[in-house]
Amino acid sequence: MATAEAQFRICPRTGLQFHKSAETLIKLNAVAAVVALLVGGVLALLITLTRWQAIHLIDADNFYLYLTAHGLDMLVVWIIFFEMAILYFCSSTLLRCRLATPRWAWLAFALMVIGTLTFNAAIFSGNATVMMTSYVPMPAHPAFYLGLILFAVGALIGCFIFLGTLVVAKSEKTYEGSIPLVTFGALTACIIAIFTIASGAIILIPTFLWSVGYISHIDPAMYRVIWWAFGHSSQQINVAAHISVWYAIAAIVFGAKPMSERVSRTAFLLYILFLQLASAHHILADPAVGTEWKIFNTSYAMYLAVLASMLHGLTVPGAIEAAQREKGYTKGLFEWLRKAPWGNPVFSGMFISLIGFGFLGGISGVMMGTEQLNMIIHNTIYVPGHFHATVVIGTTLAFMSLTYFLLPTLFNREMILPGWAKWQPYVFGLGMGVFTLAMMGAGTLGVPRRHWDITFAGAALPYEYPGTALLMIAIFGVAGVIAFIGGGMYIAITVGTILFGRKLDVGTYTNTISPLRLPVQAALTGHGGHGGGFGVPGTFVFALVFLGAFVLYYFVNWKYLSTVWGLS
Amino acid sequence: MSAILPPQHRIWWKQPVDKVEILWIVIAFVWCMIMFFMMPYWHVYGKQNLSPETYRVKPELFAKAAQEMVDKHKVREETEQKIPVVAPPAGSDVYLIARLWDWWPILELEKGKTYRLHLSAMDYQHGFSLQPENINVQVLPGYQHVITIQPNRSGQYAIVCNEFCGIGHHKMVSRLYVK
Repeated sequence: MATAEAQFRICPRTGLQFHKSAETLIKLNAVAAVVALLVGGVLALLITLTRWQAIHLIDADNFYLYLTAHGLDMLVVWIIFFEMAILYFCSSTLLRCRLATPRWAWLAFALMVIGTLTFNAAIFSGNATVMMTSYVPMPAHPAFYLGLILFAVGALIGCFIFLGTLVVAKSEKTYEGSIPLVTFGALTACIIAIFTIASGAIILIPTFLWSVGYISHIDPAMYRVIWWAFGHSSQQINVAAHISVWYAIAAIVFGAKPMSERVSRTAFLLYILFLQLASAHHILADPAVGTEWKIFNTSYAMYLAVLASMLHGLTVPGAIEAAQREKGYTKGLFEWLRKAPWGNPVFSGMFISLIGFGFLGGISGVMMGTEQLNMIIHNTIYVPGHFHATVVIGTTLAFMSLTYFLLPTLFNREMILPGWAKWQPYVFGLGMGVFTLAMMGAGTLGVPRRHWDITFAGAALPYEYPGTALLMIAIFGVAGVIAFIGGGMYIAITVGTILFGRKLDVGTYTNTISPLRLPVQAALTGHGGHGGGFGVPGTFVFALVFLGAFVLYYFVNWKYLSTVWGLS
Repeated sequence: MSAILPPQHRIWWKQPVDKVEILWIVIAFVWCMIMFFMMPYWHVYGKQNLSPETYRVKPELFAKAAQEMVDKHKVREETEQKIPVVAPPAGSDVYLIARLWDWWPILELEKGKTYRLHLSAMDYQHGFSLQPENINVQVLPGYQHVITIQPNRSGQYAIVCNEFCGIGHHKMVSRLYVK
């Protein structure tokens, strides 16, 4: 590419090299994501204040409407726009190459924006209060399905641009050897995303045709199986993406290198092979599906994807421990952790994300994904409790932490309100932690999800939940408000910085591809992963604590199941 | 040299693995196998397993079967809506209709006896949620799901709908008695 205009900007603070088209598109996708987070966050507050029975803020119609919009704007729009930014960053920026077909990337962005506006218009006009899952035969306005399809097509184009950029980097030789682990993780996310979007197309296109009258019947059981191949797999994109972000942050903050490329990459490969089977998690309490199918699929073919997550759970903190020990923090089991930069939101957010995802999201997810145990969990508020731990504490908080790194690097602005930023991961992470635990507690006591009034006022035969359940719901309300404040702090910091932050040196422009140099990198050479040693004892103790909690909680639930009515 | 750079060693797949990682892989794998085999184990030795017995059914035929059961075994009516309370004999086929927005009829069962409970929805999807027992089963229109149940405690139970089914969803709650 011999053009006169310089194509690449080199960030003076990190040495990262941004292709100009990629840089603009990363910024745009990130900004669209934060706008969706703002909308979804306001809806989250209204929903929380309604489920909190003592306040019970909004009426039933609007509650269900907002809940539909909240699910889609958060779980789909916020996360996938941010993931597009991550895909472009992990390919073009990390591999120091030009972005493949920037015009198609613009088209992808436009389709995603148009899709978002379309399904939001359908929802907010009151014609698509069907929840995110839109289970047939409950009908929504055709614009609802059409918007989702347009959004998905845009995201699919983004995935292929990522793959194309990998090809560009390979053929233009902008890196040597294999792609970095973080890019490999992003590739995992991309492959899962393509499977996910294909599943979405297979079910949403016929459902769209059904909504306009061209197809007479969509089978509800079939819809659930295929829709969840889209719905659950999209959460697996998030897992692959946020674990890549964890590895990236460990590398950026500590200069940490993977303990073993082989183990970490194999773990990502297990995700590609087995994570998609998880649509079964939502079908365990269903008729029409056989027991063997449920057992095989719900366990990701004998828990091989759970094995992968347990490996990442060891190797990410393990890489940090190895890097810290290299720097001399070798006292006892945990000096490396005590001396970590807890005031740096890039690190603290990432670490809270890791702990919350593992202990709250991971353990609860595997427990309720057990075929029989699912019966005492299915469709209770335990389910959103679980997935708020995975996609809010896990994914969202990891993305927030990455943002604090991107603000000076990508947007060339000095972060405003650094004092707020220091506290934001704690307010948000701990608020969400209590929030999810309270939901799981209430779910164990039978409180249903997606329910406007668990006091059943006006029902012919009302039921009274135990007082503990209502207490749990009140705790959920308070913690939800705290988490909302934490989310608000994030938006204030990011939007404020982009608009009002002091402008920083943008660095130099160049057309030649220069090697990536991280400032922190220079001081460190070849630590960790020497192999054959026992390099990370602190992390191993952590892992054993995790396993202990996991085993205990798992069997407590079997014990509980054994006391309910006989079912066969 | 770091996770955001290409691997330090070009032939990275031949680098030795740390002992901590190997030990953890073994432990995690064993735990995964234990969790996997718990499910078939419970099918053999456990008493709470969800039956996969399912038939396709037309809503009107299912409603007819439920009506026949009510006609035969009705013992009384409850509430202003005169919802029938049915006490079917132990071991018999028991029908429960899920529809916008109630469960029909009310069942009265005996402790320790088994019943073949047939579940189906007339319109949208619903969620059978037995409280405070907290047994939850998805109910689909067009499918008849047959579950053998054995109540082990007497008392008054509630059946809550826990699948969103429209604006009356939060009023869809009924009762079930165990004598």
